[in-house]
Amino acid sequence: MADLKRSQKSAPKPSFINDPKVRGLFYQFVVMAVVIAFVYVVAKNTAANLAAQNKSTGFDFFFQASGFDIFFTLIPYDRASYYWEAFVVGMLNTLLVSVIGIFLAAILGFILGIARLSNNWIIAKLAMVYVEILRNVPLLLQLFLWYTVLLKTLPGVKNSLEWFGAFVLNNRGLYIPKPMPDATFNWVIITFLIAVAGAFALKYWAKKRLEQTGNRFPVFWSSIGLLVGLPAIVWLVSGANLAFEMPTLQGFNYKGGLSLPSEFMALLLGLVLYTAAFIAEIVRSGIAAVDKGQTEAAQSLGLKDGDRLRLVIIPQAMRVIIPPLTSQFLNLTKNSSLAAAIGYPDLVSVFMLTTLNQTGRAVEIVFITMMVYLILSLVTSAFMNWYNARVAMVER
Amino acid sequence: MKNKIVTIALSAAMGLMASTAMAGTLEDVVAKGYIQCGVTTGIPGFALPDADNNWAGLDVDYCKALASAIFNDPDAVRYTPLNSAERFAAMSSGEVDLLSRVTTWTMSRDTQLGMNFTGTMFYDGQGFMVRKSSGITSPKELSGAAVCIQTGTTTELNAADYFSANNLEYNPIVFVDRDEVVKAYEDGRCDVYTTDVSGLAANRSKFADSSEHIILNEVISKEPLAPVVRQGDDTWFNIARWTYFALVNAEELGITSANVDEMLGSDNPSVKRLLGVEGDFGAPMGLTKDWAYQIVKHVGNYGEIFERHVGVNTPLALERGVNALWTNGGLQYAPPIR
Repeated sequence: MADLKRSQKSAPKPSFINDPKVRGLFYQFVVMAVVIAFVYVVAKNTAANLAAQNKSTGFDFFFQASGFDIFFTLIPYDRASYYWEAFVVGMLNTLLVSVIGIFLAAILGFILGIARLSNNWIIAKLAMVYVEILRNVPLLLQLFLWYTVLLKTLPGVKNSLEWFGAFVLNNRGLYIPKPMPDATFNWVIITFLIAVAGAFALKYWAKKRLEQTGNRFPVFWSSIGLLVGLPAIVWLVSGANLAFEMPTLQGFNYKGGLSLPSEFMALLLGLVLYTAAFIAEIVRSGIAAVDKGQTEAAQSLGLKDGDRLRLVIIPQAMRVIIPPLTSQFLNLTKNSSLAAAIGYPDLVSVFMLTTLNQTGRAVEIVFITMMVYLILSLVTSAFMNWYNARVAMVER
Repeated sequence: MKNKIVTIALSAAMGLMASTAMAGTLEDVVAKGYIQCGVTTGIPGFALPDADNNWAGLDVDYCKALASAIFNDPDAVRYTPLNSAERFAAMSSGEVDLLSRVTTWTMSRDTQLGMNFTGTMFYDGQGFMVRKSSGITSPKELSGAAVCIQTGTTTELNAADYFSANNLEYNPIVFVDRDEVVKAYEDGRCDVYTTDVSGLAANRSKFADSSEHIILNEVISKEPLAPVVRQGDDTWFNIARWTYFALVNAEELGITSANVDEMLGSDNPSVKRLLGVEGDFGAPMGLTKDWAYQIVKHVGNYGEIFERHVGVNTPLALERGVNALWTNGGLQYAPPIR
């Protein structure tokens, strides 16, 4: 009796079915069951339908010869190669244009974003006009425009633009000399990598010295000296040879050297210019979000212009910039799937269009393609989150 | 472009969700009152809409013949333009009732995609078009050439086979849309445009400087272009197949859209059976007994269709060649109606 009284006083124990904890678990269980049942029904229905349509299914096609050629590949590939190799070719081409695109778009975007905040009226307005035009026209149209511009304005093969007999530009693409290092040249490359490590060490040491003694060390110029000087000395001493294979006109087109086809350049141009417009706005908003008082406070501490930007403004701006910047990087990667429209052999073009058509495995191939983009996006996000955590200000 | 990819993805998704009741295409078609016919996105002579969105061409007339047989009305057709990458997904998902879009009959398509080919409407072969100024006379001289190709076609595979067999290097520049392929060739991105010879002739007829381009004589493949229906629906397959046979038989028997009414009074038993005067060959397919009469009355026979859209008096200016009747040394042949 006494126990009962005490328990009633402290907290009225609800009945089992009214316990919020139990209810919560119950609803989670129900939702989970519904999801699993849905996936199961869809998968089963798919298998049944495909069987009813007498379609071949499964992933065995990966190990069949593809029978088609691809004109721009990073790995050796021909018609006797397997479908999985075509898949890899497409994925590498997507990665190539995405990585270079992200890099260039970030640089251009930062420049434009800072230009929009410039005190120079003309520069600020030009940057604004650029941003407003580029981000308000659909990307697909821009890709068609750049592709057409490249094809129509650049000369044909017979009238190619040539510089120093080494660089050739025509409406088929850009041709540059291909470096052909001999075996000894590896030592130069190794030395360069050592110099890179040395430059980082130098930077770390200089920072420590600055903190301890207040004396500055010219890190930038000494690093340049390290990166250029060391490999150059090894190159001269070892007598390593770096030959170049020049593009030469043979029959229909230039052969030899490295070639970047017009499709690649048009796609890269379109993606970079389009994404840079969005990044510019993100950078502008990030810098604008830092209170003016921060600049004044840094000035009153006697920080130099560069340090003020590097140590005070940018870290606070990055906090605002990085999350939306990540979205733009993801967008660029996903937008590269428009490549097929202008003939660049990316993952969608090679795998989801050509391979799907030749094999008819629509469900499998669309699923794999979606997974590839999903994984690429998740990896990019993970990296940017890691970077964000690293550069984020320690808030007190 | 994005839309096309969405269409493919949707079609794939519909493959996931669609009910298994694919069997009764004829019942479905009769219930909705028209045929949904998958055609090309526009090739002169085969399927091309005019300014009023009236489709015309050899492929289109096949759809009209089918509609005449089922509804006595050649206009009971709706057209879905599909590019080569979308076509089979559109069939699998039930978006269209048949494909009549210059599709090459191959073994893998016939046996692995869940499709059936009804009969060769047009015997074609893959050829090459180059600029006259290039001085090329044979595909064997094409080493190192940039070649414009449409993706998802047999053309892509034939080109790979041909260049590999002849030890020639080439750069295949591949596009999803035929218009993009043609534009890239016109802009000088490619030295060569390759597709079926009929397609080359059709696209050349659209060029402003059509006389500056030549189609090389050498043909590197067999391209039997045939309408496609889904596998597993024999009734629909029979109707589609015998519509084509009726067109060919009508030409062989000399029945045209102009004289078909006179021919009703013919003494020739073959003519009587075809036109439904004697016996009833329509009912077993679920059609009326004058099904073939309606086809010829509304659309004409195979020869009429050919001459109307791709023959020597059209911009394509194609000879009958292998597409002549077997009685004239060609390949067009139909089993007898009896």
